[in-house]
Amino acid sequence: MSDSLSILVIDDNKIRATIIEQGLRDAGHDQVILVHRMDGLVRQIADINPDVIVIDLENPNRDRLEHMFQVSRAVRRPIAMFVDKADRGSMEAAVDAGVSAYVVDGLKRERVKPILDMAISRFRVFSKLTDELEEARSELADRKTIDRAKGILMKSKRLTEQEAYDLLRRTAMKQSRKIIDVAQSLIIASGLLDD
Amino acid sequence: MSARLTPVIAGFIPLLDSAVLVVAAEQGFAEQEGIALKLVRETSWANIRDRIAVGHFDVAHMLAPMPIAATLNLTSLAVPMRAPMLLGLGGNAITVTSELWREMAGAGADEYGDPASTGRALADVINAGKVVGKAPLRFGVVHPFSGHAYELRYWLAAADIDPDLDVEISVLAPQIMADALAEGQLDGYCVGEPWNTAAVIAGAGRVATYKQAIWPNSPEKVLGVTQKWANENPETLASLMRALSKAADWCSAPENAELLAATLSRSDLLACSKSLCLPALTGNMQFDQRLITQIPKFLTFSGGVKAMPSPAQGKWFYEQMVRWQQVNASAEALKHVAEVYAPDLYGEALGLTPVLDARTPKLFDDTNH
Repeated sequence: MSDSLSILVIDDNKIRATIIEQGLRDAGHDQVILVHRMDGLVRQIADINPDVIVIDLENPNRDRLEHMFQVSRAVRRPIAMFVDKADRGSMEAAVDAGVSAYVVDGLKRERVKPILDMAISRFRVFSKLTDELEEARSELADRKTIDRAKGILMKSKRLTEQEAYDLLRRTAMKQSRKIIDVAQSLIIASGLLDD
Repeated sequence: MSARLTPVIAGFIPLLDSAVLVVAAEQGFAEQEGIALKLVRETSWANIRDRIAVGHFDVAHMLAPMPIAATLNLTSLAVPMRAPMLLGLGGNAITVTSELWREMAGAGADEYGDPASTGRALADVINAGKVVGKAPLRFGVVHPFSGHAYELRYWLAAADIDPDLDVEISVLAPQIMADALAEGQLDGYCVGEPWNTAAVIAGAGRVATYKQAIWPNSPEKVLGVTQKWANENPETLASLMRALSKAADWCSAPENAELLAATLSRSDLLACSKSLCLPALTGNMQFDQRLITQIPKFLTFSGGVKAMPSPAQGKWFYEQMVRWQQVNASAEALKHVAEVYAPDLYGEALGLTPVLDARTPKLFDDTNH
């Protein structure tokens, strides 16, 4: 039997799952299996016979999975990590990052902890990426809104683009508001007037 | 102004009986008591359990047996807990596929869902199936430590159906149940509303019986707090329970049902259509495509004395845990259970006198299991 642990990663989010898989492989774990769907999972787990199961906390099937671990005779019984409560910090870090892990009863903590630490850090990286993407998206949306407001001013007040932008900016400063807020109000107001 | 409010973070699962928490946060009841109540929607009871254990949540919407299971160390990340207040009574039903219902009706099942009658009919169907070597029927519940699991098991066992041998019981998330039934992965399930109505409206299922008929006026969800948080924040907890009591009264007023249904159906809450929420909130339950029946107290929210937990209720849940071999019986454990369901915190907060033995469970078959 190989000395390396087999790790099952259950995550609906394929990109995140791949990021975790890559991290685990880079750390020398060559037995990593990704699962995105819960159908037939009992059989899959029985076939794969994993030592460690990593699952994202957004997954609505955690209750199903935990129950399965309790009752199924087909799988070696996995238990939630950190049940001994000695490792409160790690547990909190995992929940904070949005990940949970189960290990086959009896496995030594020292062998498993680096795996969870890896999953935690990869989850964090992923959520940072998502946040940045979200930010970029909303910046783009803001810019579009401001462009629309400028267009309205250019048309109705016969201004150049620069003049329209300056007017928005001055108005925002006078009212201590953000340019995007002024632009939004202008678009709404102009929509009302059009009707 | 808001700087003087005490923040309380509450985890909840998007179900009809999260109503009391939602209304307390949104209709000003929490604020009136000096609480800034922030709700966090969760996707599993396991998350609720983990996040209250690590302190992300101060309080949570919990399945009535969960604080007991945590206190008795039956789940992972178990910490001693309290269930100082009931958040909802009733509200669950057992739904079976239309096909299974046809067989049960053929065996004389009461169309209004009398549990003794529908249970007997199901037993006949199962026994007939055994003769021809049919695979066991598959039922779903939302959690092993839930009212749903114990109601389903009680109903089956009362009809001499062994829940561990004669049927298969698995755990599924509530919002997935109706689809699982429609796709033929389940023959029936016990779940809270609106997930029975969902199967009925989709034409996939038929209500066979319901919690209010199995154990009338029984707790379904409770306010869950860790013993530690309750000890460290007695005044905040008392204020919160006063706010929740008023919110529960608001929820129970018939004239608020429409607004409550509209609120709960929102995409940041249950994310379903309003018409799915209304039946349970008005007690006007649809059992199949044809039969709509008025069931008073199908699901009840109430403040005041009705929201006070009683050790007898906790004891019933504990006895089910023992009965289904989730835990060994012990006098020591029973003492802890009585503490989890002690009425003192709520009684003191609301100025009510606990009525200790007034709520001895009376089940449909009138035994005391």
